[in-house]
Amino acid sequence: MKHLTKVLATTALVSASAATAAELEVVHWWTSGGEAAAVAEFAKALDATGHTWVDGAIAGGGGTNAIPAVVSRLLGGDPMGATQFNHGRQTEDLIQEGLFLDLTDLAEQEGWRDFVFPSSLLDSCTYDGRLYCVPVNIHSWQWIWLNNDAFAKAGTDVPSNWDEFVAAAPALREAGVAPLAVGSQAWQQAGAITEVLAVAIAGPEAWEQVNVAKDADVAAGPAYAAVFEAAAAARDLAADITVTDWNLATAAVIEGQAAAQIMGDWAQGEFAVAEAVAGEDYTCLPGLGVNPVLSLGGDAFYFPKNSDADVEAAQLELASLMISKEVQVDFNLKKGSLPVRGDVDLSAANDCMNKGLGLLADGKILAGANIALSQDTIGQVNDLIVQFWNSDMSAAEVQEKYAGIIARAD
Amino acid sequence: MASATRPNQLLRNMSSKIASIPMALTAIVIFVGCTLWTVAYSFTGSRLLPRWRWVGLDQYDRLWDTDRWIISMQNLAIYGFCMMAFSLFLGFLMAALLDQKIRGENVFRTIFLYPYALSFVVTGLTWQWMLNPSFGLQKVVRDWGWESFTFAPLTNPDWAIYGVLMAGLWQGTGLVMVIMLAGLRGIDEDVWKAARVDGIPAWKTYVYIVIPMMRPIFVTAIVLVATAIIKVFDLIVAQTQGGPGLATEVPAKYVYEMMFRNQNLGQGFAASTMMLCFVLIIIVPWSIYEFGGRRNGR
Repeated sequence: MKHLTKVLATTALVSASAATAAELEVVHWWTSGGEAAAVAEFAKALDATGHTWVDGAIAGGGGTNAIPAVVSRLLGGDPMGATQFNHGRQTEDLIQEGLFLDLTDLAEQEGWRDFVFPSSLLDSCTYDGRLYCVPVNIHSWQWIWLNNDAFAKAGTDVPSNWDEFVAAAPALREAGVAPLAVGSQAWQQAGAITEVLAVAIAGPEAWEQVNVAKDADVAAGPAYAAVFEAAAAARDLAADITVTDWNLATAAVIEGQAAAQIMGDWAQGEFAVAEAVAGEDYTCLPGLGVNPVLSLGGDAFYFPKNSDADVEAAQLELASLMISKEVQVDFNLKKGSLPVRGDVDLSAANDCMNKGLGLLADGKILAGANIALSQDTIGQVNDLIVQFWNSDMSAAEVQEKYAGIIARAD
Repeated sequence: MASATRPNQLLRNMSSKIASIPMALTAIVIFVGCTLWTVAYSFTGSRLLPRWRWVGLDQYDRLWDTDRWIISMQNLAIYGFCMMAFSLFLGFLMAALLDQKIRGENVFRTIFLYPYALSFVVTGLTWQWMLNPSFGLQKVVRDWGWESFTFAPLTNPDWAIYGVLMAGLWQGTGLVMVIMLAGLRGIDEDVWKAARVDGIPAWKTYVYIVIPMMRPIFVTAIVLVATAIIKVFDLIVAQTQGGPGLATEVPAKYVYEMMFRNQNLGQGFAASTMMLCFVLIIIVPWSIYEFGGRRNGR
């Protein structure tokens, strides 16, 4: 009898501890140096609660490999604990199918709406009035990263806008520095043109008319003609260096082989890992120094519905952790992105992050194209731009085709 | 009429017919059923998930209006034509040379067939490195002293598809060679003796006597090479990812990316239905002619 009680007690103990601790497999595509360091902050925070973080990283910039894998696993009834997505229209269909956990109650209980800033981030996680994802950071495309030493070597001042940069290019080439580094993946070239050059040169209004209102006349008009002229110039400036991945292009800038890279603020994580100092070693210009406006892209985590109650409890706990103050600060400092909370102390933020925070506070923001355009349209734009970038297609021709895609966009 | 004269036709070999029912059902349900399902859904506006939202021929309109699809079809045509011509020619040539009762035939046969044992992914990566200008063939030849030697097809959009073709040939020719060699061995010695007695040169014997006799062997080889051409995908993904630009895109990759990257199932289904149509248009009449003809008494 005594033995039996003992055994029962032990079993009860074991099952009790099993009920609280769960393993959560988290799928994401953060595999470069800075990204991996950032995601380790999430893992550390979750492991501290007693649950276990099982890392499910799938390499491939922009989730090109991860998203198909995640979607087929979800549809096949093999849900992971949590998965990264760029919030926006990527997940509409999956939400409609009821594959994701509804986070509305947790968000109301913790008052997410009060502290998430800008609150439109939550709107892009909301479908039919219910909340399905946790935004973890704000990323914006509209940056150019300049290596100060490269310009010193060429004997020119560090440019303060795109036109000065183009003017400095011949001197850079003479000094043996490639003016611009752009990776050969489609999303990098397409982003540099349709997200960065377009906002900087055509201006935020024209950009919104094209990407949000899908006005093909504006895409075919004179403001965008200037954008594609600049794109043709950028194509020429980037001809000196061939790399594939964005972080290799960033590395070329850090090492001084190239003078500049047009890339989103996630590039900053790479500068941080290389221990480069913003303002001294490198300079960043939001909106290419012409139109300093940021798009509100970013990453979010979705929690696929799960039959196991323990896993669900752990999912909610992770959701709450990801948006908590401490984790937001630790994560975003490593990632080089901006936090989604307006109430955290970012005294450790560097020069470039402060520029971004300032723009956010001034409300100089755009809706990200991930939110405005469907994956299908983005894919078609990528195909067009990569074709343009690797051939001698004229600016007029690419503009005409681009306007055609916008006209058909849904 | 037929059932009256042979009443037990259906019941003959009953046990083997029953045994093949599971496989026959699998083939019908999986191949035919899923094919029909795909064709039906290619007329819908399905996005990430299949939805029965009829849009008529919209997906096909868009498909044939898309540069990337046109480029993919052109690439497939170039790759397919060259692959077929070269692999049959080289395969037959190698087989004919091996058939001269040379010493060490086993060694050569093994070497030539070995690439076929590799997956396309390995082949693609290997040739990506071989054709890489900074540490592949170009570098080797330059190190030998030919400084101006330039050979980097994969970096040039006009030539990239031929870089892929080289890898495809390297892998696929061995199989054709083995099939051809088997065919050559099947030619009766007496045919050769007779030709020699008549004083016909060896090459004429090959072209006018041996090759026509090997017709079924050629058919087998052509079918195998043709299916490998239509479904080429992994080689491209491993070797060039479709680049530079869209220079080495192929239809199968278009289908995959429409379905999973663009999250537009309808468009992917339309593209795969088009691929099926091409296969049917080319292969079905020809194989009816080729295989059906024999049964009707030849």
